[in-house]
Amino acid sequence: MSSTNPTTPLWEVFIRPRNGLHHRHVGSLHAADSALALQAARDVYTRRGEGNSIWVVRSSDIAASDPSFAEPMFEPADDKIYRHPTFYEIPDEVGHM
Amino acid sequence: MYSQGLIGVDSSTTESEEFLSLFQARVDREEKIEPNDPMPEGYRRTLVRQIGQHAHSEIVGMLPEGNWITRAPTLRRKIALLAKVQDEGGHGLYLYSAAETLGVSREQMTEELLSGKAKYSSIFNYPTLTWADIGAIGWLVDGAAIMNQIPLCRCSYGPYARAMIRVCKEESFHQRQGYEIMMALARGSDEQKEMAQDALNRWWWPSLMMFGPHDGESAHGEQSMAWKIKRFSNDELRQKFITATVPQAEFIGLTVPDPDLKFNAETGLYEHGEIDWVEFKAVVSGNGRMNRDRIRDRKQAHDDGAWVREAALAHAAKRAASRTVPQEAAE
Amino acid sequence: MGAVAATFEMAGFRALLELADDALILGHRLSEWCGHAPTLEEDLALANMGLDLLGQARALYAHAGEIEGKGRGEDDLAFLRRERDYVNCLLVERPNGDFAATMARQLYFAAFMHPFWRAIAASSNDATLAGIAAKAEKEMAYHLRHCGEWVIRLGDGTAESARRMQAAVDELHRYTGELFEASPVREKAVADGLLPDPGTVRAEWERTIAMVFSQAGLTAPEVRVPQSGGREGLHGEDMGHLLAEMQFMQRAYPGLTW
Repeated sequence: MSSTNPTTPLWEVFIRPRNGLHHRHVGSLHAADSALALQAARDVYTRRGEGNSIWVVRSSDIAASDPSFAEPMFEPADDKIYRHPTFYEIPDEVGHM
Repeated sequence: MYSQGLIGVDSSTTESEEFLSLFQARVDREEKIEPNDPMPEGYRRTLVRQIGQHAHSEIVGMLPEGNWITRAPTLRRKIALLAKVQDEGGHGLYLYSAAETLGVSREQMTEELLSGKAKYSSIFNYPTLTWADIGAIGWLVDGAAIMNQIPLCRCSYGPYARAMIRVCKEESFHQRQGYEIMMALARGSDEQKEMAQDALNRWWWPSLMMFGPHDGESAHGEQSMAWKIKRFSNDELRQKFITATVPQAEFIGLTVPDPDLKFNAETGLYEHGEIDWVEFKAVVSGNGRMNRDRIRDRKQAHDDGAWVREAALAHAAKRAASRTVPQEAAE
Repeated sequence: MGAVAATFEMAGFRALLELADDALILGHRLSEWCGHAPTLEEDLALANMGLDLLGQARALYAHAGEIEGKGRGEDDLAFLRRERDYVNCLLVERPNGDFAATMARQLYFAAFMHPFWRAIAASSNDATLAGIAAKAEKEMAYHLRHCGEWVIRLGDGTAESARRMQAAVDELHRYTGELFEASPVREKAVADGLLPDPGTVRAEWERTIAMVFSQAGLTAPEVRVPQSGGREGLHGEDMGHLLAEMQFMQRAYPGLTW
C-alpha cells in the first residue's frame, strides 16, 4: 500500500463486439503483464457477451495528440469541402451518383 | 450503487475569468471535456473527489451484501447475489479507471480510502442483519443510486459519463433483483413479512440520506451544477426517488416508515418527514455501526494481497529481463 | 443387501450428485472471496469462476432430481441434505487459505474436470448430462488457463510467493488422488454408460500439472498417505461449518419460498 512500491501497470482495453466491426476502446485495468491483462479484460469487460476478441495495450505505450494543438491539427480539414460529394453539382436527371 | 451527496469538496479555482468563461461556454454547449483538455483546477478536483467517492462506495458496498452470499437461501438467489456484488466491484473498477484519466492512480485512491481520508456513501456503514436486507438494499439503495447515475451518464466529463453508461446498463438488473426478493418475502409467511417490513424500516431513512443534505445546505452544489458534473439537485432526486418508491412499497403491502409522508396532489409528488441529519453526520464522520469494520476488511484484503501483486510484478520483470516469449500455461 | 441394491439402482443419481456437490462446494468456496481478493481484477475473476461452478451445480442437481424421480429440486438437494450425504471430494471443501492455496486447489480441480467433462460430453449416453458437460468443458478450460497462469507467477515470483505456492501444493496434493477414484456406484454408472472412468483422464492431468509446475519451479510432493473419503460422505471438520452457513436460511425457516 505504500506509494513507494512499484505499481502495477495500467492497460487500455479494446473489444471487438463481433466479426466485421472494429475493436473499440472500452476502459482500462491494471495487470502485471499482457497475459494477465488479457484475462482481466475478459473477466471485467466481457461478462455479458460484449465481444469475441480483445486487445490490450499498455497505457504508457499510447502516443496521443496534444489537445492544445488540436486547432492546427484538425481545423484545416474543416473547410476542404471539395472532398465531399455535395461539393459537385450534378443534375437530378442523372440520378443517384 | 452510490448516490450523490458529495462530501466536503472544494471547487474553488484560481484561473482567469477569460479561461473560466471559455470553459463554461464549452460546457454550456454540451461539449464533453476529455482527459487532456484544459480545465479549471476546481473542476478537476471536484471530479477526482466525486469519482473517487463513487468508486470507493462501490467497493465498500460489496461488503454488506457480500455478507449474505454464503447464506443465500436458494441457488438462484445465491447466483444472482454473487453476480450483483461482482458487478459492484466492476463498477468500482470502471470508476477508478475514469479517475485515473485525471492523473490520480488507483494506488493513491486506495490509500486514501484505507487511511480514512476519502469518504464513501454512508449507507454502507449500516449492517445487513437479515436476508431481507439484501432485498431492501437492491430495491432501495440501488434504486436511489440509479436516480443519480442516470443523469450522470450526461455528465460533462467524458470518461465519467462513459463509465456511467456502462454502469447503468449493468445495474438495470440490480434493483429488480432486490425488489423480487422483497416481493417473495411480502407474499410469504408472517415471519417473512415481518422480516421485509423490518428491513424497510431500517433502510428507508438511510436511503433518503444517500441523496445528501438539503439543497440549501449543500456546499458547492451550484458550481457542480454549472459545470454539469451533476445535473439535478439533491432534493429533486430525493423527491423523484420517493415518488417512484412509495407505490412499489404499497404494491407489495409494505409500509414506508414515515408517519408524515403525504402525497401532494398539486405537484404530484410525495412530501417526506424530517430526516435525522444528526445521525447522517455521525455516520459520515465515522461513527456508524460498521465504519471501522468496513475499513478493516478492505485494509485486510489489500494487505493480504500485497504479496500476490508483488509476485506478479516480479515475475513480469524476470520475463522481461530474459526476453523470452511468454508461453501460455496449460495449452 | 437391499440397501446395496437400492444404491446401485440409484447409481446414476449418485454419480450426478458427486459432480454437482463438487461444483457447489467449490463454487461456494470461491464466492467466499467476493470483496476480499488481492486485486479488484482478480475479485471479478474469482466470482466468474464461482458463477460457472454454481451454474453447473444447478443444472446437475436439477437433472439428478429428475433421475431420482422423488420430486426433489435443486434447492432440496443443495441445501437439505445432511453432512454425511454430501459426496463431494475432499479437495473442493478445503478452506480457501491464502491466494496460493485457492489457485492450487482450482488448478488441480480444473486440470481434472476439463478433460473429464470433455470425455463425458463425448461418451455419455445421457443427452442432458452430455449437454451440461459440453458447456462446462469450456468453462473449466478457462479456469485451467487462468489458474495455471497464476500458479506460474506465484511459483516464479518473489521468494515469499514461491514459498507460499510450494506450501499450498505440499498441503493439497494429497487430496488429488480422490479425483480419479471410482466408487462402487461410480463404477456402476460407468458400466451403464453414463460417465467414463475418471481414471482415464489421469495421464492428461499429470501432464498438465507437470507442465505448469515446471514453469512455476514447483515440485510435486510425494504423497505417502492420500486423503479420500468424500465420496462416502466422510469429510473434514471444515465441511460442517460450510454447510451450517450455507444451509442456514433453509434450516432456520423450513419450507418457505424465497
